Amino acid sequence: MSSTASTQAEQNAQSLTLVEAIQDGLYTEMAQDDNVVVLGEDVGKNGGVFRATDQLYEEFGEDRVIDTPLAEAGIVGASIGLAQTGMKPVPEMQFMGFMYPAFDQIVSHAARLRSRSQGQYSVPMVIRAPYGGGIRAPEHHSESKEAFFVHEPGLKVVSPSTPYDAKGLLAASIHDPDPVIFLEPKLIYRAFREDVPTKPYEVSLSEAAVRRDGSDISVYTWGAMTRPALIAAENLSQSHGIDVEVIDLRTLSPLDTETITDSFKKTGRAAIVHEAPKTGGLGAEIATTIQEEALVHQEAPIKRIAGFDAPMPLHSLEDYYLPQAVRIQDGIREIVDF
Amino acid sequence: MNMKNEAGSKDMPAAVRTDSDLVQILDAEGNVLPQASVPDISDRQLLELYETITLARHFDQRAISFQRQGRLATYAPMTGQEGSQVATSLALAEQDWLFPTYREHAAKYAHGMDLASLFEPLRGYRDGYAIPEDVNVMPEYIPIATQVPQAMGMAWGHKLQGKTDTAVLCHLGDGATSEGDFHEGLNFAGVFDVPAVFVCNNNQWAISVPRERQTASETIAEKAQAYGIDGVRVDGLDPLAVYKVASEALEKARNPGPGELRPTLIESVQYRFGAHTTADDPSVYRDESEEEVWRDRDPVDRIETYLYNEGILDSDLESEIQDRIEQEVSEAIETAEQTETSPDNIVKHVYEDVPARLEEQRDELNRLREKYDDGAFSEVLE
Repeated sequence: MSSTASTQAEQNAQSLTLVEAIQDGLYTEMAQDDNVVVLGEDVGKNGGVFRATDQLYEEFGEDRVIDTPLAEAGIVGASIGLAQTGMKPVPEMQFMGFMYPAFDQIVSHAARLRSRSQGQYSVPMVIRAPYGGGIRAPEHHSESKEAFFVHEPGLKVVSPSTPYDAKGLLAASIHDPDPVIFLEPKLIYRAFREDVPTKPYEVSLSEAAVRRDGSDISVYTWGAMTRPALIAAENLSQSHGIDVEVIDLRTLSPLDTETITDSFKKTGRAAIVHEAPKTGGLGAEIATTIQEEALVHQEAPIKRIAGFDAPMPLHSLEDYYLPQAVRIQDGIREIVDF
Repeated sequence: MNMKNEAGSKDMPAAVRTDSDLVQILDAEGNVLPQASVPDISDRQLLELYETITLARHFDQRAISFQRQGRLATYAPMTGQEGSQVATSLALAEQDWLFPTYREHAAKYAHGMDLASLFEPLRGYRDGYAIPEDVNVMPEYIPIATQVPQAMGMAWGHKLQGKTDTAVLCHLGDGATSEGDFHEGLNFAGVFDVPAVFVCNNNQWAISVPRERQTASETIAEKAQAYGIDGVRVDGLDPLAVYKVASEALEKARNPGPGELRPTLIESVQYRFGAHTTADDPSVYRDESEEEVWRDRDPVDRIETYLYNEGILDSDLESEIQDRIEQEVSEAIETAEQTETSPDNIVKHVYEDVPARLEEQRDELNRLREKYDDGAFSEVLE
């Protein structure tokens, strides 16, 4: 974030959690542009099951904060239609695990209307969905299936890891001319607070963030895994003098290849940390991109520290499934000691 | 069947309106209505109905209290709906199949599932979904309406194999009627004329969204007409009426009369007395006075009054039953709390055989567990 942003923060900021920053971001965008509408299951009177749309119904009314019937294909399909009239729909999928009825609408139409019509039609829309594990939820409430959407050309996929980024990335997503899948790491919805400017601002959808500078190894991650990656980095710095660089991708599609490869050229080593199953996950894409762009700098095998190739277990075992700091540290040491 | 109800105000709860379409046997207190015909149920079966409903109410209270103590994860309460759940399951023959959602705890128990196993997924163990071979219940469906086409498919399979003595009963909620899977499943059911009964537990609320906002249809039962099948509305807080309607629908599924199609959509008109789940606060989106109207028609009170009136139940028997169910629920909790699991289970049953690649991942996890011990994995990620 630029110095401009921090100046703003000092002048007029509030200390918000990530989910409060989402709510504040929606509020800010809706206040600026009457065409922005929020729709979904329980987003209105109830303010969303995680309170991400809290108070918006009271502030903007039932025509802009819309409780819909329980139908994800309907919500997304209707949003595509709304977008054709100049409106900017921000549909909410209650949990990522419940997005699949809308999959056809997303991949067959939202992602492709622009290319199908040679730019004549487009779908400026932001589909918000809480995702990821670690909250002791029932089955289907803990999935991380970002790779499904990253694999579909025409979609942008975004996942913030801090309150500041949540508001700024959401603003950039709403202003973006193309459909954005905005994945919110619900594990850290309320994990910590950060100063968030009350004024509108954007965080670019084309820049990964270097969360920690380091020279020995680059750790690439996003969303809720950014925190254990940073914890692992601090631990290894103190215990083994390993200097870890942590890159928070923020936008998963399109990838910021430049920041990814620049970091690797500096360190020559890489680990990718994600909650999603290892096979076919975004880690493979990042590793291959590094190989294509910076092979000559490579000093050790690239390692993926990821969820297992198994369905997310129920909560009694989820701590073993999700990459913990201990797994990340062990993986980093293995690469550095290679 | 699709006649509009002109008699009452739409603002009144549907079960309370004067409504000629709604099947009822008991009045709000539990007395038999003048024109009603009580189904042919033995005293023993009536007591089983009563005891199971009472147990379900007690189970619900214990589960909610355990969730608050942190001993269970998110729980979907069923108070107000257990009468219909138990009545539909007791109408099933042993060979019939049940497709439950995450709220049908009592329906599962009444069709043969072990009480302790109901607690296990709530404690984070999949063991409770490993349903014994002699119990014809599918693991609960959490994604809304996805069970509807599957229940149709199982009924279809039975029919194709000449086993139409086996019916399938599929639960769903009022919210589920908005999903595409509901339409596709019921449409297939009509087209292929399968032995299936779909029970829509219309509890008036899909989390915070009221039934009126879920569909512009006057009733949910009338949707059946679009699929060419029968739709029936029943007072879901009247266990005798639900038993009657479900029994008739199941009989028709197995042995349809001339010109009749097998499937039925039952709209069981209920009320969700509590929250959607323990993660939800209904006072944010609905008026508590609404609940009082339905509380006056509590299914537990109504069946109890009926049994007292008939001389089937007295206070001695009532307290004997109460003691028995409390003990049964306590024992189930004790059993469920002894369940243990191992991280090795993460990779088991993903496929029939564990692929080599997944075995490597399991071995890697176990290597780390040995190196750092299990405590290192239980630190709070956030």
